[in-house]
Amino acid sequence: MRSFSEIEVTTKKASKAIGFSWGISEEVGKNIRLLEMFGLPGLKNLNQYYKIYKISNFENIDEISTSNTPRTFYCPILSGINFFDQSSSISKFNEIEINKIAFPLIFLSFVSRTSEIIGKRIFLKMDDKEFLFNFNESIYSNYLTGDVLEKSDKINLKFLDNKNSFTEDDWSEIYNLSLKTYVDESDKSRERTAGAGLTDND
Amino acid sequence: MEIRLRDPKFLMKLSKLGSFHQSKLSFLRSFLSEFKDWKYSRDLFQLNDKGHGRAVYSFTKDKKTYSLICFANEIKDDERSDRVIATKWDAAFTLFDGIPSKEDIDRLNNNVPKQEVGRLSYKELTLSRANKSVRVFDHVVDSLSNGEQPNKEILSKVGYLYRTTAVYGSGKFGLADRFRIKNREEIRGPFRLEMMLVYLVRQFTFDQVNHIAKNKNPKLAVELDPAISRNLGIGNSTGLGMAPFIVNHPTLLNNWIHARETALKQIREIERVSKNEIDIFYNCLIKSLKNITSWNTDSEFQKEKIKNLIEDLKKFIKFMKEDFKFENSYQFNQIYNWSDENLNDECIEYIVSMMMEPYDDIVNPLITQMSSDEEQYFNIPVDRTIEDLRNILENRYSEILKIDFLKDENNQNFWFISKNKEEPRIGDRYIDEGSDLEQPLAIARDINKLYEAVFTKKNSSKIGKFLKDNNHLRHVVRRAFIAEKFPYSEIQDNTIGSKLVPIDMLRLKLSFFGAIKFDPRSDKWLRICMFQGAPLPSELGNFDDKWIYKS
Repeated sequence: MRSFSEIEVTTKKASKAIGFSWGISEEVGKNIRLLEMFGLPGLKNLNQYYKIYKISNFENIDEISTSNTPRTFYCPILSGINFFDQSSSISKFNEIEINKIAFPLIFLSFVSRTSEIIGKRIFLKMDDKEFLFNFNESIYSNYLTGDVLEKSDKINLKFLDNKNSFTEDDWSEIYNLSLKTYVDESDKSRERTAGAGLTDND
Repeated sequence: MEIRLRDPKFLMKLSKLGSFHQSKLSFLRSFLSEFKDWKYSRDLFQLNDKGHGRAVYSFTKDKKTYSLICFANEIKDDERSDRVIATKWDAAFTLFDGIPSKEDIDRLNNNVPKQEVGRLSYKELTLSRANKSVRVFDHVVDSLSNGEQPNKEILSKVGYLYRTTAVYGSGKFGLADRFRIKNREEIRGPFRLEMMLVYLVRQFTFDQVNHIAKNKNPKLAVELDPAISRNLGIGNSTGLGMAPFIVNHPTLLNNWIHARETALKQIREIERVSKNEIDIFYNCLIKSLKNITSWNTDSEFQKEKIKNLIEDLKKFIKFMKEDFKFENSYQFNQIYNWSDENLNDECIEYIVSMMMEPYDDIVNPLITQMSSDEEQYFNIPVDRTIEDLRNILENRYSEILKIDFLKDENNQNFWFISKNKEEPRIGDRYIDEGSDLEQPLAIARDINKLYEAVFTKKNSSKIGKFLKDNNHLRHVVRRAFIAEKFPYSEIQDNTIGSKLVPIDMLRLKLSFFGAIKFDPRSDKWLRICMFQGAPLPSELGNFDDKWIYKS
């Protein structure tokens, strides 16, 4: 088994070799390590992408808007870098649509890190696959096959508001249960046991 | 009185960093302190009469065990090399996480002796190999087998029986990734497991030499005197592989230097130093002179440094005897200021190391702050402005911005990785091939390029926007924002200039390891000694933590 450290260092160097700057290569190394740690086939997808990278004409998303469509296909690395670098402005959008992106799994690693930076969960639907990015702590997904994803025709991203997954009723019920770990108090017992006294008006 | 931390602009010059010495903060000393109450044992020792075979040593505490697995092999004299091109070694080692099964040892027997071309697993933590110092090793075997102790003079010239040529960790060749173990209390200090490996290897060398001597002459042989063993360490040959490390781990570098500087500041701020504390400092200094006078090297560069160090120490001792005023307050500040005004860097840093000796209460809490969770600082804050970045560059890199990279001599060298051994090398840009594959270690040059690029940009413009057109500078933008938070994270010097002495970079790291007797073999590699004078594993329960001055 290759260690995550080996994966990061080697994909960083491979990215430099394919023509990216050292700074971008560092990001790619970090991201592929991240995908592999989350159990997603980052290295396999990157390897396939680099096989065609130089012979295909992939595009960059320069300014990310609510709807983005290339003439050919977007490069997942340059688009991912821009997505990450523009995170503060694009998080104001409710939804973003990205059409035609090559090897989208590589792009997803940038989305995961963006979720941490902006402090919001991001829901992403890619064709029939769904991903929930949880502040770069985990990725919840129905994509479990580990296949290489050569392209996606349509990605929809939604920045989720920071809200709880439960209702106030759920909270009350759980809270009331937690109260059962406390001791009932009377005026008399309070006088004896409250360290700060009963009033602070004196 | 508040003393300021020393200014990184001057402290982080390579000539200064290359003058650092071991101290109480050094990793091999803090390793021994941490593991002093662990149970040591030799669990397996299956060597043939020539000393070839397997051995296992362990440290155990509260159901946690670390085991060193040793494989000693027969190699021909002409196969023995300290160079990285070597493919065979007298012995190879791995530190195993737990107690290895026979299957584990068999698996490792097929991989550990192969080193870089073998494969390790997440169960293994560190990997190393070592060669005998043949002349010394054979002398010890001959002496012991004849019932005599070896000649101390011969031993003191070398200082060890074996020399390691690399110690790998942190995920290399399939070893366990750092994240798997980083929260363990006992390895909070950097390089703890590497230190453990080297320390246990040292014991293996003693056991092996005793075993061979005994088998050579069972009736007459004696064991190596523990006092002589104690005075032997483990050698290490180190090349350029260490140099990129301190550039590639800026927050870690900061934390090492920051701990040292914080200790110095706090010691200088002590208003009333006791007589006992001054005595501890002064006694360590006097005892340490033996380390310097027995410091052998063929390097003219190092000989000159040692000569200056000895002369400066004489001056310093004279100052302590004649001019130092104990009755005045802030005694260590007085000592530091006098040293700073009257001595060279090599001696100033030597004295700084000694000043820590009386102060467990100051030094020990700092040891736990010397690791770094580097991932936390990887993301570039793209929301910050060009004005912020320019301010950081002007404040944190002012010395570097003075370097004129239009001059050829300031671009003389380039760092690259050799295809054959995947090891760092440094070449002359105007002579050697390969500068188009330069590694990103020319930080000073790239910071200058970054400063030029931001110069014409609007103050209020965001970093994210700047990066859109300047991703070729992304690696130094990241560094600049790290340097903003970590003042000692950058070498304030040119790492590709014609005046670069690469071993300054190695020596900085090795001083934090706790190495002594730096012996440069060229400007690109050196030999050192570790654990010379250290207690033996059986003595760890009760030892003097100033052992390093008794070798």
